[in-house]
Amino acid sequence: MSKFEFPPSITSRPIWGSLTPRQGKHHLMIAEAEGAEAVLDIASPELMAKTHLIYLARGTDYGDKLRALNPQHFRESPTFGAARQRIERVLQDAAMGLQLYLTGTEGMMGQVMQMAVTAGIPHTAIQTEHRGSTARRMQCVHCKGITEDVEIDPFVCSHCGLNLFVRDHYSRRLAAYQGVCIDAEDPGNVPESKGIYE
Amino acid sequence: MTIQFNDETFRDDYSFRNSPWAIKRFPFPFDKDDYMYSVNMEPHKGGREGSVFQNRFDVDEHYVSEMRDRAKVLSDDPLRCQSLPHMTLAGWDLLELIMVSKSEDYPDLFELHRDGDKWRWINKPMGIDDTFTFLDEATLPYGPMEYITRQTQGDFALLDQRDDNLWMDAGMVTTQADWSLDFDIGMNFFEWHAPVPLAHEKGIFVRALKFLLNIQQGAPARRLNWTMTVNPLLDTSPENYHKWGIQKTELTPENIGSKQHLRVELQTFFRLPRSNGLVFPIRCYLCSFQDLMTVPKWGRRLHRVIRDLPEELATYKGFIDNRPMMVDYLSQFDDGQPTSLGIWPDLDSEPPLKK
Amino acid sequence: MSGAEKITVTVTDIVPLNELVTRFKFERTDGALLPTFSGGAHTVVEMKDGDTTRLNPYSLMSDPMDQRAYTISVRRDDAGRGGSLFMHRNVKIGDEMTLSYPVNLFSLDLRAKKHLFFAGGIGITPFLAQIKQLERTGGNWELHYACRSEALGSYVDELTTHYPNQVHIYYDEQDQKIDLEHLLDGQPLGTHIYVCGPKGMIGWVRNTAEQLGWPREAVHHEEFLAPQSGKPFEVKLAVSNKVIQVGEHESLLEAIERAGVDAPYLCRGGACGQCETDVVECDGEILHRDHWLDEAEHASGKKIMPCVSRFEGKTLVLDR
Repeated sequence: MSKFEFPPSITSRPIWGSLTPRQGKHHLMIAEAEGAEAVLDIASPELMAKTHLIYLARGTDYGDKLRALNPQHFRESPTFGAARQRIERVLQDAAMGLQLYLTGTEGMMGQVMQMAVTAGIPHTAIQTEHRGSTARRMQCVHCKGITEDVEIDPFVCSHCGLNLFVRDHYSRRLAAYQGVCIDAEDPGNVPESKGIYE
Repeated sequence: MTIQFNDETFRDDYSFRNSPWAIKRFPFPFDKDDYMYSVNMEPHKGGREGSVFQNRFDVDEHYVSEMRDRAKVLSDDPLRCQSLPHMTLAGWDLLELIMVSKSEDYPDLFELHRDGDKWRWINKPMGIDDTFTFLDEATLPYGPMEYITRQTQGDFALLDQRDDNLWMDAGMVTTQADWSLDFDIGMNFFEWHAPVPLAHEKGIFVRALKFLLNIQQGAPARRLNWTMTVNPLLDTSPENYHKWGIQKTELTPENIGSKQHLRVELQTFFRLPRSNGLVFPIRCYLCSFQDLMTVPKWGRRLHRVIRDLPEELATYKGFIDNRPMMVDYLSQFDDGQPTSLGIWPDLDSEPPLKK
Repeated sequence: MSGAEKITVTVTDIVPLNELVTRFKFERTDGALLPTFSGGAHTVVEMKDGDTTRLNPYSLMSDPMDQRAYTISVRRDDAGRGGSLFMHRNVKIGDEMTLSYPVNLFSLDLRAKKHLFFAGGIGITPFLAQIKQLERTGGNWELHYACRSEALGSYVDELTTHYPNQVHIYYDEQDQKIDLEHLLDGQPLGTHIYVCGPKGMIGWVRNTAEQLGWPREAVHHEEFLAPQSGKPFEVKLAVSNKVIQVGEHESLLEAIERAGVDAPYLCRGGACGQCETDVVECDGEILHRDHWLDEAEHASGKKIMPCVSRFEGKTLVLDR
């Protein structure tokens, strides 16, 4: 599957990279859905022998292919939500020098990055590669509620019901983009929604 | 000088007013007839007597009412004041800086008595007399940053310096020009300025950061920034934009003189000694168009600046829709005569408006 | 005059610690309190040595919260350009001197869950202040301190007495060596490394950490370069329209200042970037010795750090 090219944007918008194997004794990889392909691209027996791989399937079936890489530890979880506690636990036990690889949607990568930074890994030391859905995790700046997997702009806040437009301004601390009321100066005048990248 | 504190509001009935004294000392931000971004930093070491630059932290007639407005904002939304855990020491730095500066610069209003770690702080305008232990949070009703910034006009961003960048890791933000501390906290210098158009391309932020990283103890700096606000609303937050945004559409040719305000930020920058952080106080001054027009030089200049401002900037600053009405109003106060350089009103030397 | 704000102080105590290192204590001449500072900060000491003004940076080692006095420790460098010798031989109790306000280019990352310090020799001094700061604020730290011998182990007794569980001493003479690889393996997430000492030690710690996968942001170092002597050379200053001669034992920055041209600086040791100067014309070789410019900038020949770098060749014209 080809990778999505995000259009150039402002400096707070994260730039996702490409995974490359790094030196270090311990590696933690988290692959969500099509992100599995990014892991398959860089996997080598030496690397996987010291890798804890967590696969968040979200309805995809890369499980067997990933297991065949013989990672040191392997876990398949249906969703990020289901794996959150396990990731917390792995980070709790981890030591400096751990290499972290994240691949999948922006929402998942952002949230694991948030956990890892809290645990003490600088965000710039975390490798990322976007794969799969381009939906965004959005925070409503007004009610502070998070709406997951937003694909259209404008959208309706799932908490307070305001019509929000999708900004590129991104908070690593919240792992979310900012949504701002679109019809504050002209209530009710909401343009028709279209895909964020249309 | 003893300041007469106004009893006024910055919301609902908007009873905010500037006295003739406050108009004359208003920090008009344009030193010439056009405007473009620049780093425009200068040392913050005093300034013209009576001006807002004279003291390290300016106290004016709006002090008590502004602090009342801040308390109201915080009671509605405590997330306007936040400090990441590693910023407590910087908070103490800020508390010390403000208490020492205000007690030295306004001895009739503020007193600080220090006996080792035992400090007594008296704030007469707000009726506060507290004794606490320096560096012991348990002895204050709030964290050190929140405690002192509930008593100091202006917003405050506390910046941590690391990896050759500045990180906005704490702040008190209730009088902002439409940005959210809750969203931006934890960002670095380039990230929290990301939404500003044009300036990145011009390399403004690269140069500004280099300057700020090198600000040293005992050598603070300052600059002015500006935007536009309809009604003297201090809390133009994105959080409440869905409530106040509509006010921008209530401007008419009849009410624009009293309703439209030029909003100026006096931004200062101090190195904090114990934490090696920086504090970035952002003090907001509001002045209605009609009050500004009492200074002939400012009338001429404001018209020219607003008329000629690049579209991106008028959009970013949120007044692109109202600009034609503003220019119509302001043009009455521009007779085409030349203006003197610099921001000062020059009331004695600038000619009155030719009708 | 450029550089940080200045403070006039009086030398109130001089304590020789061992054959090489002497400690100096300064109090404000006007009796007022000194500014507080953060652990890792240095001050630039101004020395009036006859007609020469020497400006050397030294780490502040006293308690950052103690505003009555600053202390520094100076290691005598017999082969150096004379600053440390001046401090050892000429400075007496009661002398008036000028210090800069504290400047910190080696500050703690206050987010760190643990601070892991590596000191070599006189590189111990910034850590002494950082330890005092962390003790006051309840920080988690550990020190590994390598010295040549017991006799030259400045502050070893003080450290091991106060912090027996956090301080580890290694004497070169007794073939004791920091087991670095083992030490860096298994440190909890959020640990930050700080290293100050000889060039070789800094490189060793940084490289080992990198090989073990430590992020760059978690490894901090401070190395002040003393300007090295070299062949005299001539420089033209384009803005002030002056031609100056840089002497054998003088830095380019010092020569610029001697000519009465104001040039910015903070650290005078190739680290802070303040004195970065554009090269207008260069026919010859710039001997770059700073840590500020990157390799490409060094190679370009378009910039020079006059506090430590020198020149050999025909013509050098600077934008100053």
